[in-house]
Amino acid sequence: MIRSTNIPSFWSPRFCRCDVITISNLSKSFTLHNQGAAVIPVMTGANLGVAPGECLGLVGASGSGKSTLMRMIWGNYLAASGSIMVGDVDVAKAAPREIITLRRGTLGYVSQFLRVVPRVPTMDVVAEPLLTLGVPAEEARARAMALLAQLNIPERLWSLSPTTFSGGEQQRVNIARGFVHPYPALLLDEPTASLDLVNREVVLTLIEAAKARGAAIIGIFHDEQARARLCDRLVDVTQFTPKVA
Amino acid sequence: MSILAKMKMQPLLSVRDLAKFYGGRIGCADVGFDLYPGEVLGIVGESGSGKSTLLSCLAGHLAPDRGEVIFDTKEGLRDTVLMAEAARRRLARTDWAYVHQNPRDGLRMGVSAGGNVGERLMAVGARHYGQIRDAAVDWLGRVEIAADRVDDRPSAFSGGMQQRLQIARNLVTGPRLVFMDEPTGGLDVSVQARLLDLLRGLVREMGLSAIIVTHDLAVVRLLADRLMVMKGGYVVEQGLTDQVLDDPQHEYTQLLVSSVLQV
Repeated sequence: MIRSTNIPSFWSPRFCRCDVITISNLSKSFTLHNQGAAVIPVMTGANLGVAPGECLGLVGASGSGKSTLMRMIWGNYLAASGSIMVGDVDVAKAAPREIITLRRGTLGYVSQFLRVVPRVPTMDVVAEPLLTLGVPAEEARARAMALLAQLNIPERLWSLSPTTFSGGEQQRVNIARGFVHPYPALLLDEPTASLDLVNREVVLTLIEAAKARGAAIIGIFHDEQARARLCDRLVDVTQFTPKVA
Repeated sequence: MSILAKMKMQPLLSVRDLAKFYGGRIGCADVGFDLYPGEVLGIVGESGSGKSTLLSCLAGHLAPDRGEVIFDTKEGLRDTVLMAEAARRRLARTDWAYVHQNPRDGLRMGVSAGGNVGERLMAVGARHYGQIRDAAVDWLGRVEIAADRVDDRPSAFSGGMQQRLQIARNLVTGPRLVFMDEPTGGLDVSVQARLLDLLRGLVREMGLSAIIVTHDLAVVRLLADRLMVMKGGYVVEQGLTDQVLDDPQHEYTQLLVSSVLQV
């Protein structure tokens, strides 16, 4: 299955007790220029850390900022202040090319939406992160196929584009993309949301395996049983919501 | 490659304080950025925002009125603005490629498909007919044009095939920097998707750097690592592509992103 040889040794939990992801004093606001330049503060004073092999669950009501926090770690939302250390890169201040390098080998993200070039076969969509890392095409495809099989995507669909797939199938393709490389840090946004029991179990097993190999994981799980089984700690993001004066 | 090694890497192209005026009117001004090997930079903006003027200045088709365009040539860093015309043309044949929006502007319509690809090779000194033809057939295959079309003229090709032929003609000499002006502009959406996939694969396999001018935000999201947003000749915002599109900071970018029709 997944080989873990690509992980630099300092990521290994045996050698390092330090956190892979450390967030300090992070804040965020949106300025809506087209609505009278309204400034909406959405987060202030956020602090958290995730160690190798640990899974941290973000909780809080809808709109409390779970996805916002996750997007700031991924780097597609800009931080207003504070720092987001992932390994040795501060995502809050890093240049675009540093974030691109980080996403290539270190930080994985399973979002709720699949965004792909139309007409590209599912197999290639899943293999792409490996090809970008320079893994030979044959090996990348073999690893993609093994993962698609494990996630119960029927083989006759592998040569088709996932854009026409059902919601649950698209989600599993997204998960395959996020697990095809052993990223030392992983962001999971409701990875089990629209899955049946069998596939939910497959995904939970994959996440447990990622923890066991030392990945630091931050996840949003509305599925309470999944949360109880996977998460070592929970952080309620409501505490980071700015108090209305 | 480690992050530190990447950071020390030399930019392929460094642009400083670039400006071009049309009489009293601004074409583009105050433009500055670094492009690193393997990076794809998207430039978006509405018609008249200066994005095509900027691309022309970078590619040496227009002489800027001010500023530097430093390119990491095989002989070291050179300002292509101050370069002799002959040296700039040599760069355009070897290290650079330019993909026009309209394939007719980038192809020789009276010459066969194989000839179009082979001509670029001959311009850099290839003389062995068999090798040139083999390279041409190989490249036609890579852009998914069947080998039995090698002797047909581009005028017998569809728009999408012409665009793929133009890309083959441009990439056969192994350039390091590709300029693209609305490469998917005139194509229907199903052909666009194939071309996007092709371009992504080529960028990845050849380690190309590219600068892509387009007004299509969906195209840059899928192709570009970084994005520059232009308005009235100025760069109003730049950053990581998905950051600029998902969390736009400038008033104009917010308007641009919120104006896209959802399918």
